[in-house]
Amino acid sequence: MRTVGNVDELPNEIDVAIIGAGPAGLAAAAAVRPGRTVVLFDENPEPGGQIYRGITSSTPLLQEMLGPDYRRGKELVADFAAADVAYAPRATVWMVSADRELAVSIAGRSRLVTARHVILATGALERPFPIPGWTLPGVMTCGGLQGTLKNAGLVPDGNFVIAGTGPLLWLLAYQLMAAGAKPKAILDTTQTMFRAEVLKSAAPFLASPYLRKGRMLMREVRKAVPVISGVTELVAHGTSGLEAISYRKGRGEMQRIEADSLFLHQGVIPNVNMANALGCEMIWDETQLCWKPKTDAWGRTSIADISIVGDGAGIGGAEVAAASGAMAGLDVSGRLGLISDGERDRLAAAHRDQINLYGKGRRFLDMAFQPHPSFLLPADETLACRCEEVTAGQIRATLRDLGDVGPNQVKSYLRCGMGPCQGRMCGPTVAAIIAAERGLSPEQVGYFRLRFPIKPTTVAEIATMPFEEKDLRAVVRG
Amino acid sequence: MFRRIEVNDRTAVGVVIDGMPFQGQAGDTVAAVLLAAGKRMFRRSAVAGEPRGPFCMMGVCFECLVEIDGVPNRQGCLIPVTEGMRIVTGGRQTEARQ
Repeated sequence: MRTVGNVDELPNEIDVAIIGAGPAGLAAAAAVRPGRTVVLFDENPEPGGQIYRGITSSTPLLQEMLGPDYRRGKELVADFAAADVAYAPRATVWMVSADRELAVSIAGRSRLVTARHVILATGALERPFPIPGWTLPGVMTCGGLQGTLKNAGLVPDGNFVIAGTGPLLWLLAYQLMAAGAKPKAILDTTQTMFRAEVLKSAAPFLASPYLRKGRMLMREVRKAVPVISGVTELVAHGTSGLEAISYRKGRGEMQRIEADSLFLHQGVIPNVNMANALGCEMIWDETQLCWKPKTDAWGRTSIADISIVGDGAGIGGAEVAAASGAMAGLDVSGRLGLISDGERDRLAAAHRDQINLYGKGRRFLDMAFQPHPSFLLPADETLACRCEEVTAGQIRATLRDLGDVGPNQVKSYLRCGMGPCQGRMCGPTVAAIIAAERGLSPEQVGYFRLRFPIKPTTVAEIATMPFEEKDLRAVVRG
Repeated sequence: MFRRIEVNDRTAVGVVIDGMPFQGQAGDTVAAVLLAAGKRMFRRSAVAGEPRGPFCMMGVCFECLVEIDGVPNRQGCLIPVTEGMRIVTGGRQTEARQ
């Protein structure tokens, strides 16, 4: 593996461009058979993505605290480092066209390169969790806290609360306790397990690797931390920063907890901005309550020679991400003529088995930890769009004014989705509000139409990109 | 609001936060070093000037925007600290560069 430090070091044409250095991207890069140019672009300075953030530089003590699943990242990075690939850290790919032209920005300079194959492994992000006061300093995501622990060995000081639903709450609390930081409380918004859809999917879960791990974590955490279950409402209070949290258990009275920090989590969803802007066919996942690109077992999308793998193709967790990345790496190897179909299928078998093993129990996790609609449909005064400061009430009022419109019309009218995050923090909320108000499914409502650049890029950087005579002739008259 | 969990062998990196020197560690992102320094508010929101701090710590929320070495609106959570780096908080996107 060699490192790319600036855009000039990139060839004009790459055989395989991989975007994202989490488990899926790392496994894809390691699986591509040698003999062609492979470049892995990573927005971060070190490989690992989010789940294995800091794995190449974290101390043994920290790795011990983070647990054995975290240390699995070392094998993935080692295989990647041994592969004949180029690694471009701190590189933002802000455009991928359908004919595989990539716009890459490194150290403030951009350049266009083309790729014969593109594997997108840009992963997931936290499902928006809009509660009153969620924009106060001191309110962060659980994933963000975990990343900070991994990157910098920092833990919250003072009173802090973890709130929401999903396995990450328990893993995070367990890791923080190992690091000497105990949450003041865990406010669990998980709905009752005794719902038909959950119980129906329980049997395969019992056979999955998740069960034993999950039960151990929850038991250890519950011994030391007050856990309030069945939380149906959450409010963050403060003026210049978080000062207190109030919550309601079931239909009870609102209770108040003083706290300096609040960490929210209600699952993760695919980061769809690249797939959406590219024009990939997207499908609505009714179990995971999110949009995801349509992909086959090899990760192929509706666009030729563009694959999407890992959590960005649908939430499956780190092990499934690594296996799906390997599948795409093998698929691309076959299509480049580096291995025969038979060889490809032989090598893919173990990865398919891994995906099937971890697939057992995924439905249970998805159903058990599905957020209650009240946490997806905020009250009127709550901000839905953080960047442009648009409230849920403004969106509802706009629907009354404009009638049967969708997310893109609401966006044009109110600017929600037009801020720098490009809908990552508000897209699902805006669509869910529209769906609820109009009595439609999120599938019928659709999502924002996203466009390149999928990360903000200055005009100066675009204007100073290298260009050829043909590019000039395409736009200059005469 | 945040503390380091251990003394380790990472190199100390000196940065300047709002004019005051602070010792971070090699590998810290700018956002992490600001949290370690006790900063909760990083900037003011573009529309209403409300106090904002980091939220996602992974480059998707754009709340951690701070001025780094004279360049405003940089995502602190994606940028590793370097020796002598000058970090300024409290900016608001709509304000022109000084």
